[in-house]
Amino acid sequence: MSDDRLPAKPDAHGEDDGYGGDLVLADPAGDPVADPGLEPHEDRITDIDPDAATRVERQVATMFGLATLLTIAFVVAYFAIDKDTVVWIGPLRTNALNLTLGMTLGLALFLIGAGAIQWAKKLMVDKEIVEHRNPVHTSEADQAEMLKEFNAGTAESGFTRRKLIRRSLIGALGVLGIPPIIMLADLGPPPGRRLFETVWTEGIRVVNDVTLRPLRPSDMVIGQLVNGLPANLQELAEEDHTEYLNAKAKAAVILVRIRPDQITPLPGRENWGVDGILCYSKICTHVGCPISLYEQVTHHVLCPCHQSTFDLADNAKVLFGPAARPLPQLPIMVDSEGYLAAQSGFHEPVGPSFWERGERG
Amino acid sequence: MLLLGLLAVGGLYTAVVPGNSAVADDAAQSQQIEEGKKLFAVNCASCHGLNAEGGTDGEGRMAGPSLIGVGAAAVDFQVGTGRMPAMQTGAQVPRKDPVLNEEETAALAAYIASLGPGAPIPPEEVYDVSNATEEQITRGGELFRTNCTACHNFAGQGGALPQGRYAPTLMGVDPKHIYEAMLTGPQQMPVFSDQVLTPQDKHDIIAYIKGMEEQSDPGGFSLGRLGPVSEGLWGWLFGIGALVAVAVWIGAKGVKAGRSHSE
Repeated sequence: MSDDRLPAKPDAHGEDDGYGGDLVLADPAGDPVADPGLEPHEDRITDIDPDAATRVERQVATMFGLATLLTIAFVVAYFAIDKDTVVWIGPLRTNALNLTLGMTLGLALFLIGAGAIQWAKKLMVDKEIVEHRNPVHTSEADQAEMLKEFNAGTAESGFTRRKLIRRSLIGALGVLGIPPIIMLADLGPPPGRRLFETVWTEGIRVVNDVTLRPLRPSDMVIGQLVNGLPANLQELAEEDHTEYLNAKAKAAVILVRIRPDQITPLPGRENWGVDGILCYSKICTHVGCPISLYEQVTHHVLCPCHQSTFDLADNAKVLFGPAARPLPQLPIMVDSEGYLAAQSGFHEPVGPSFWERGERG
Repeated sequence: MLLLGLLAVGGLYTAVVPGNSAVADDAAQSQQIEEGKKLFAVNCASCHGLNAEGGTDGEGRMAGPSLIGVGAAAVDFQVGTGRMPAMQTGAQVPRKDPVLNEEETAALAAYIASLGPGAPIPPEEVYDVSNATEEQITRGGELFRTNCTACHNFAGQGGALPQGRYAPTLMGVDPKHIYEAMLTGPQQMPVFSDQVLTPQDKHDIIAYIKGMEEQSDPGGFSLGRLGPVSEGLWGWLFGIGALVAVAVWIGAKGVKAGRSHSE
C-alpha cells in the first residue's frame, strides 16, 4: 500500500491518520486544480411549494398504479390471447401474444423504475452531504508489526540458514509441476490416421444429400450443382450417431458439371471426372466450413466464412482468400449399374489444413 | 409387302389422329412462333443475335449468350420476372416489372423452344403449393437448407456474391418462377435438374419458401432476417441509446426554485 493514489499531501507520512482520519484536502498552493468546494444548496420547487409536491406525489402514485394494471393485463393476456394470432401494426406484422406480453410487462417494469426515480428526484431529501474519502492502506503501526513477526518467523525456522533443506524443498515443489504436464496427453485420444481418412473408398456411390438418391451422369446437366454424400454413410447413422456425424462432416462433397472443354485437369487427374462431372470435398481447406456457394458461369465456389474462392474448372485452385490449398478432389467413375461412384478415397486429407498432413500446397 | 405395311400404318394413322384439330393446333402454334420471332427481333436480337445465336458488342465481348436449346422455361423465367429484356449488361441483371405481357412472353417462349430442345414451362400442378402438408414443408426446409441457403440466406432473403453479383431474395417470387429458376439455372445460379431434385422435391422447397413468407416476425420488424448482424446493430443503436437517454434523465438536476428558500 502506498500513498500514490492519494491527493498530494506533503506531510502525509508520519501523521497518524489510520482509519477514519480527516478528509485529505489538496494543497491549494501546490495544486493547479484547486478544490472548488461545494456548490451552495438550492431548493427544488417541490421543497417550497406543497401543491407541487402533491402533484409529484400523484404522478408517482399514477405510475405505480399503471404498473399494477399493466401487470394484471399481462396475466389476463397470457390466458386470453391465442398464441397464433397475428396482428398488423401499420406495415409491421407480428404475433399478438408476444407483443402484448412484452409491452405490458416491459412497460410495468419501466413505470416502477421511472416512478422510483421521480420520487427520489423530486420528493426525497436532496441536501448535499460530504463523505470523506479515507486512505485505504494498512496503518503504519500494523505494517511494522507484520514485518517484525515475519522476520522473527524466518529466523526461527532457519529457512535462510539451512540451505540443504531449502534447496531440497524448492526441488520437490518444482518437480510437482511435471505430472500435470504429462497428464495433458490424456485430454483426448490422439487422432491417429482419422484426419487422413474418410468413409469414401472404391465403388462407394455418390448419393444426393437429404433424398439419398444415387446419381446417373445423365441426371446432371451443364451448370448443375449437387450436394452429395457417400452411400455407405447411412448404415453408420443407425449404428453410432456420433461417428455418423464425424464421418459426415468429413465426407460431404459437391458435384458439378462443367463443359469438358473448360476443364484443365492436372497431370494424372484427366480421368478423375465423368464427362465434365467433377466431385470435390465440400469442406473448406481453411477452417472447415461446408461450402456450396457455387457460381455456374465462372465455376467459382466461394466460402461464406472468410471468402476463400476456388476455381472448380481448374482443380479447385485457390483464387482468393485465406485457404492455403485447393479443395481435395474425389476421383469418380460410373459403376457397373450406371451410377456415379468413387474410384478411390480422397488422395489427401480433407478439411482444415494441418502441419503433419505432409504434402504440397 | 413393305409397301403394304407402310400404307396400312399410314392409313391407320390418318384414321386415328383427328386431323382437323391437329392442323388447327399446328397453325395456331406456328402463328405463335411467328409472333415470337417478331418480338424477338424487336426486344432481344440486339444482344442475342438476329437468330438467337448469341451476339457480341463492338469490341468482341459477348453481349448475350446463344438461346438455342435453353428452352421455354428459361424464357418464361427471364421475361416473366422482368429481367429480360435487360436495361444494360453488367455484373447482374436485376428483377423488375415485366416489360412484355403474358401473351407476348408465351409467344417468345414458343419461338425459343422451336429453335432447339430445352426445358418446357412446368405445368401448374407441379408448383401449386396451396395444398402442401406440414410434412412436405418440413422436408422442403431440409432440402432448402442443404441446397439453397449457401447463397439465398437461411430465410431466403438473398445474399452477396463476388464482384457485384448477388443472389436475389426469394420473397414474393411467383412459385412458377422459383421452379423455373431451379430447372434452368439463370445467371450464376447452378441448375438443379428434375432428375436430381425431383418435381416433388422442388414442390416441397417452394412450399417451404412460401411458408417463410407467411411467418411473422416476433419483434415486428424483420430487420432483413439477417440474424445477429442487423439485430445487434439495432440493439446497439436503439437499445443502448434508450438506456443512455434514461441514464441522462436520472442524472439530470431537476428545476431549482432558487437558493435556500426554506432557511
